Amino acid sequence: MRHEAILLAPLCAALLVALGCRALPRLLAHGLPIAAVGASAVLSTWALVDQLNGPPVVVKLFDWLSIGGLHLSFGLLIDRLSALMMCVVTWVSLAVHVYTVRYMRDDPGYARFFACIAFFTSAMLLLVMADNFMQLFVGWEAVGLASYLLIGFWFKRPSANFASLKAFLVNRIGDLGLLLGIGLIAGAAGTLDYAEVFAGAGTLAVREITVWPGISWPALDLGCVLLFVGAMGKSAQMPLHIWLPDSMEGPTPISALIHAATMVTAGVFMVARMSPLFEHSAMALSLVLAAGATTALATGLVAIVQQDIKRIVAWSTLSQLGYMMAGAGVSAYSVAIYHLFTHAFFKALLFLAAGAVIVALHHQQDIRRMGGLWRRMPITYATALIGGLALAGIPGTAGFFSKDALIAAVSRADGALGAYAGWCLLLGVAATAFYTARLLLVVFHGEPRGEPQASPRSPLEPVGPWMLAPLLFLAVPSLLIGWFTFAPVVLGDYFAGSVVNLPSGGPGGANLSESTAEFFLHGLYSPVFLLAALGGAAAWALYEWRPQWRELAAPALRWPARALKLGYGFDMLVERAVIPGTRGLARGAAEQADARFIDGLLVNGLGRIVRWSSRAMRRLQTGLLYHYAFAMVTAICLLIAWVILMVSG
Amino acid sequence: MQPLVDLFPFILFSGWSGMLIASALGVILARNPVHSVLFLVLCFVISAAIWLLLHAEFLAVALVLVYVGAVMVLLLFVVMMLDINAERMREGLTRYAPFGVLVGLLLAAQLASVWWLRGSDAELLAQPQTPYFSEGNTRALGELLYTEHLYAFEIAGYILLLAIVGAITLTLRRRQGLRVQQVSEQVAARAKDRVRLVKMPAERDE
Amino acid sequence: MIGLPHLLTLSAVLFAIAVCGIFINRRSVILLLMCVELLLLAVNFNFVAFAWFLGDLAGQVFVFFILTVAAAEAAIGLAILVVLFRNRISVNVDEFQLLKG
Repeated sequence: MRHEAILLAPLCAALLVALGCRALPRLLAHGLPIAAVGASAVLSTWALVDQLNGPPVVVKLFDWLSIGGLHLSFGLLIDRLSALMMCVVTWVSLAVHVYTVRYMRDDPGYARFFACIAFFTSAMLLLVMADNFMQLFVGWEAVGLASYLLIGFWFKRPSANFASLKAFLVNRIGDLGLLLGIGLIAGAAGTLDYAEVFAGAGTLAVREITVWPGISWPALDLGCVLLFVGAMGKSAQMPLHIWLPDSMEGPTPISALIHAATMVTAGVFMVARMSPLFEHSAMALSLVLAAGATTALATGLVAIVQQDIKRIVAWSTLSQLGYMMAGAGVSAYSVAIYHLFTHAFFKALLFLAAGAVIVALHHQQDIRRMGGLWRRMPITYATALIGGLALAGIPGTAGFFSKDALIAAVSRADGALGAYAGWCLLLGVAATAFYTARLLLVVFHGEPRGEPQASPRSPLEPVGPWMLAPLLFLAVPSLLIGWFTFAPVVLGDYFAGSVVNLPSGGPGGANLSESTAEFFLHGLYSPVFLLAALGGAAAWALYEWRPQWRELAAPALRWPARALKLGYGFDMLVERAVIPGTRGLARGAAEQADARFIDGLLVNGLGRIVRWSSRAMRRLQTGLLYHYAFAMVTAICLLIAWVILMVSG
Repeated sequence: MQPLVDLFPFILFSGWSGMLIASALGVILARNPVHSVLFLVLCFVISAAIWLLLHAEFLAVALVLVYVGAVMVLLLFVVMMLDINAERMREGLTRYAPFGVLVGLLLAAQLASVWWLRGSDAELLAQPQTPYFSEGNTRALGELLYTEHLYAFEIAGYILLLAIVGAITLTLRRRQGLRVQQVSEQVAARAKDRVRLVKMPAERDE
Repeated sequence: MIGLPHLLTLSAVLFAIAVCGIFINRRSVILLLMCVELLLLAVNFNFVAFAWFLGDLAGQVFVFFILTVAAAEAAIGLAILVVLFRNRISVNVDEFQLLKG
């Protein structure tokens, strides 16, 4: 019962608030979702504690439908993987809910927002707790819907509408892959239940399916690649990453919840969940590794040149998602999920801190118009600093443990691809440190720039305890959680029952170190820390110590900077080639195929044939009785003649 | 040489057949529709007589009673009620007559040829099965109707009921402004609808 | 003796006369109705004849039902005729052409 309640409490709150909407008093509009998500969080923690010393729980809820031999049911699978995800989702969601009370205080869509994020929470829980592929897909689409609704929350802004549509459409591509993958698995395995499919993964691996007459592929390779296309869409891996930076048009709390901590990590979660399948497919794992590593470095570099505070964090999220994917690509699922876990806290923290800055500066988002805020917003500054340190992977913080473990796992991969991925992640560390340091230095240090804070007397918008409390709440795990969880999750075999590592897969994340302390000490003199320190120092030099050096370097770096500012031109490619191409195709289909062929030839043609033939048939209907009688008698004559012929012949 | 007694039914049959065909021709050729109906009545009566020869006694009586007595009288009634211009009715008769006769002859030839073509069954059907019921035609028919064909019998009853209802609904005319008793309203009337007691202060006579 | 050929020929002739009647009398609906009655009578003749020669009463039962339905048909047909005449002051077949395409 309590397992169902985890899922249903936020859903009920969302429904109640959505139905009540404007009529609901403010206290209920935020009270109900907060209470529901809080209850979910407590119950999720309970479930996690159960999982630490108990077997996985499978709750069969009901049979959904049965088509042919395919039986679909709704059920909850709570094992160590999903329990951990549930805790991340509910606790971050709770923090964001509380934060929203202040952040959206003056917004007319107050209740609508709460309904949406509560709905998102339950949808994400559905995705995480699914025990079959179809339910995963339902949750997958439901979080996509919530994301669409929330990015376009300020639907009066054209840019928000554009961004929400973009997110939705780009995700369509990924979801198509996921759907095809699920269909392929349903076709090849005959079932969509996780346990049954995973049990039959070995036989699935040797099966081949015909993709085109004469060409057949291993079913599992194709299925995993298709599933990963779905993960690429949701987790914004290159080249399907273009929607995530634009999604920053939504309110900041959802950027923290959906586009940093939970929904975008669903792809990583899914790959880890499907580990029994991916382990059999070296090809899919290579693809995961390549996409992840490329995304990690390339998007990290783009973050360096961004000027919008939220976009910096968004590009950084892309980069961190790349790290996680790369980890999954070398079969280090536990490490990838561990990075997901820590990242959820410190990235949500950074987003919420950014939101606090934005609110304080009367919705200013350009970092060139900030500066010197540390004195006036000390708590925000301190928590943002913690988040930044964790993001940069400074030893001791939560981010350090997960990211260093990831890099260590990936560096053990062999072959050219492994070397490439290892270098991408290493260089990505420097980029991460650089943009993080730049963000913190420009926003919180230096001379005050821009309108409200330029004159020290002018008041900042007060932020208040509703926003500061979640910051403090998230800062604690961002700083400290690595010390408690690293040993069991990464070094131990916490995920032994949930993810599968086979000899045929990548090197995995086992035996990275002896103990937490050793790993920490080792991290202090590893090249990773050195690169992070270099990146941070470079940012400090360029933005704090000798700003004039930037002008010196500018001419040489003009073209790279331009490429980075354009995000390597993916958006341009889409706008110049994909969209006009699609439009042309659609226009062609509409004007030629639809209007001429289908409407003109088939639809109207059928009508014309009917009209012609009925015009001819009309002449038969004289309405005169004896004509009909004559027809009848003639028919009788013919009938009798036929009978006579049959009899005599 | 067959005895005359054996030949007698055949002589009767031949005579009646001739009369039947003649009166059938009368039906379709008579100028006055009333004559047509009367010829039709004659047809049915002769048919009933022939059916008596064929051991269909009940049907013969039913044909006379029900058909001639009810349906034909109804037809006659309608023909007389509707004031039909007999002369105008015959216009255009000759134009299509040869064609109609041709079709009729073709049909008759076809129908009659069935017998001659089925020569193999000729022996089987050469002799009538007499008598093919022992306890009287009406009783045998009744036993069959009320046991084996009970459902069909019931359905036939419903069809007749339907015909009654249909005929009445079609021809019923409700005339406007007719003064008739409304029984339902009379029964539903209550005292307070009709009588109102009014209290009035007594007027003072000055 | 009366043989089946005689009866079948009689009924065929009767049937043909009725069909001729339908074509000849194209001016009156009443005559059409009467011709239909004749057609049914011809059919009934066949039933009665075969019932006699096959020794099966089912043929007579069939005639019974045909008579029932014919009576119903006549009643409805005449009712329609009366309504028609009331509305159009005519029973001329040529004037009823509402179903013309």
